[in-house]
Amino acid sequence: MNFKRFGRPAVIAIAAGLALSSCAANEGATPADDASASTLTGTLNGAGASSMDAAQQAWIAGFQTANTGVTINYEPSGSGGGREAFIAGGTDFAGSDSYMSEEELAGTFASCAPDSKAVDLPVYISPIAVIFNVDGVDELNMDADTLAKIFSGAITTWDDEAIVALNPDATLPSETINAVHRSDDSGTTKNFTDYLGQAAADVWTEKASDTFPFGGEGAKGTSGVVDAVTNGTNMIGYADASQAGSLSTAKLKVGDEFVAYTPEAAAEVVAGSPLVEGRAADDLALDLNRKTTNPAEYPLVLVSYAIVCNEYADPAQGELVKAYIEYIASAAGQTVAEEAAGVAPLTAELEANVAAVLATVK
Amino acid sequence: MTTAAATTIKARQRPGDRIFSSATLIAGGLILAVLAAVAIFLLVESLPAFIADPGEFSGDTTNFWSYVGPLVFGTIYSAILALIMAVPVAIGIALFISHFAPRKLAQGLGYLVDLLAAVPSVVFGLWGIGVLAPLVQPFYSNLVDWFGWFPPFAGPVSGTGRTIFTVAIVLAVMILPIITAICREIFLQTPLLHEEAALALGATRWEMIRMAVLPFGLPGIISASMLGLGRALGETMAVAMVLSPSREVIFQLLTSQNSNTIASNIALNFPEAHGVGVNILLATGLMLFVVTLLVNMLARTIINSRKAFSGAN
Repeated sequence: MNFKRFGRPAVIAIAAGLALSSCAANEGATPADDASASTLTGTLNGAGASSMDAAQQAWIAGFQTANTGVTINYEPSGSGGGREAFIAGGTDFAGSDSYMSEEELAGTFASCAPDSKAVDLPVYISPIAVIFNVDGVDELNMDADTLAKIFSGAITTWDDEAIVALNPDATLPSETINAVHRSDDSGTTKNFTDYLGQAAADVWTEKASDTFPFGGEGAKGTSGVVDAVTNGTNMIGYADASQAGSLSTAKLKVGDEFVAYTPEAAAEVVAGSPLVEGRAADDLALDLNRKTTNPAEYPLVLVSYAIVCNEYADPAQGELVKAYIEYIASAAGQTVAEEAAGVAPLTAELEANVAAVLATVK
Repeated sequence: MTTAAATTIKARQRPGDRIFSSATLIAGGLILAVLAAVAIFLLVESLPAFIADPGEFSGDTTNFWSYVGPLVFGTIYSAILALIMAVPVAIGIALFISHFAPRKLAQGLGYLVDLLAAVPSVVFGLWGIGVLAPLVQPFYSNLVDWFGWFPPFAGPVSGTGRTIFTVAIVLAVMILPIITAICREIFLQTPLLHEEAALALGATRWEMIRMAVLPFGLPGIISASMLGLGRALGETMAVAMVLSPSREVIFQLLTSQNSNTIASNIALNFPEAHGVGVNILLATGLMLFVVTLLVNMLARTIINSRKAFSGAN
């Protein structure tokens, strides 16, 4: 009884003491690094592709550390939702796995100054790896035709002659191929199907879309696909390369050689791709050259754009967007994202092009 | 009961009475209001989906009904499979706890089963992918090899074990605690006189349970199953993580193509949905609402029609 009477307040006091002291420790740490000389202040709202969410969080942390007066929010609401919100004026910039359609460009942008338009700037390159898990096979060579046949269900066994022809040295089992695709709508699927549609046009007749068009095994999210391939038998799948972990990745046939994905090769194909024709000169929407025959390039990549106004209705917001996207597309920003999200940094040439467009944003 | 009596005799209402009766009124009204608000929201948001442009639907579907059909099928199919697996086990556990186990063990076991109910569904999902699916996959292979002639077991077998059958097992584990808990309470309510009478007439313990406990508990078992079914119908995350979905009506249990469920489909596609796509997903949510309502009404009818024979009166 006595213990209860005095014990309880004592416990509360100790707990409170601990809680308060830990609070104080936190507070001490925060203002330590506000040596920023930045004069920027304000709040920036963006929304869009969930693929670049991890990178955006890293960029936001980096930018806000250097500019303590700025608050940036990025909502990973999906590419389509992000573009819609930007066009309606709800956000200051959008992140998108695909560039704006002609239709969207023809309309008006609520955040932008009257009569000014918005532009697409490639800021995020993520190679997509073809991952596999087959007993006794460590290396796998693939070409687009064979890959398209596997994922559309035309090739069903690992010892199919098309695969054997590409991998004469491998001991391929006579087992069923389990091809895993994303069960949720995703920009990764869109870029993967776009690659197959371009590079294997005879086999893959479906148009590129967020939804995987054929059957086979489906799994939720990049992590779901990686888990399925890891835990299953005789599996093949596609996933953002940064998440492939310890799984083996296939080499893709480019020209006459088989190319493994590397950040450099992924950045190279983006740099080597022409701009989409018939758009404004400062719109850097890329017509990704998936049919490349240059073995220095890895054609299976996902490119995400930052969509910003040419001229903002509110010049102060324009300043902020300009500073933020300049940081994203800078060498420093790309390095931050490479560490945090495994993106392939932009080539210096592309960085310069993006910077040149941003210089005109106001 | 005459009107005259009602008007002349009026009980004095104490503050406690008034507060309590209005509190219950508010509580009762609140649940109706919330339900109505959800229904109206779903209905209003769904309208654009019914007249949506064929191009707005993903895949080959061109109208809402062909889009939602396989989803409704998958939802009911997986939930019923789960129920078939869970109910016998739950009744067994409940009977063990209420009539067979030593008192101390029964209490501990009861706590353990209740603990299962507190596990988040994401954990069940992770367990489904990481442990259960790889574990049952070889078993599925054999099943397809030996019993492939039986349509639900037809191949090709899934290489990962992430099939609707695995989902049903996960769902069964998830609904087990709620069914067990209610059954246990119901079985404990069996009038002791009935049980003793049965034993006195020379019934064995199993016969006593069959004659006294189960008939008495039947309405309770049914309503417990319906509560479990409701949870299985609406389960989202575990299904989304474990199932390898497709867009068709598929009866096979062990292939990597399975009909998706409504809730899992919404979870999978909502993050990237925009425009009419959001309305379409919400309209499938409305369908789930309707399906659940129908299932509950059916359960009510069954319980009411069985009450007369249950021996509870």
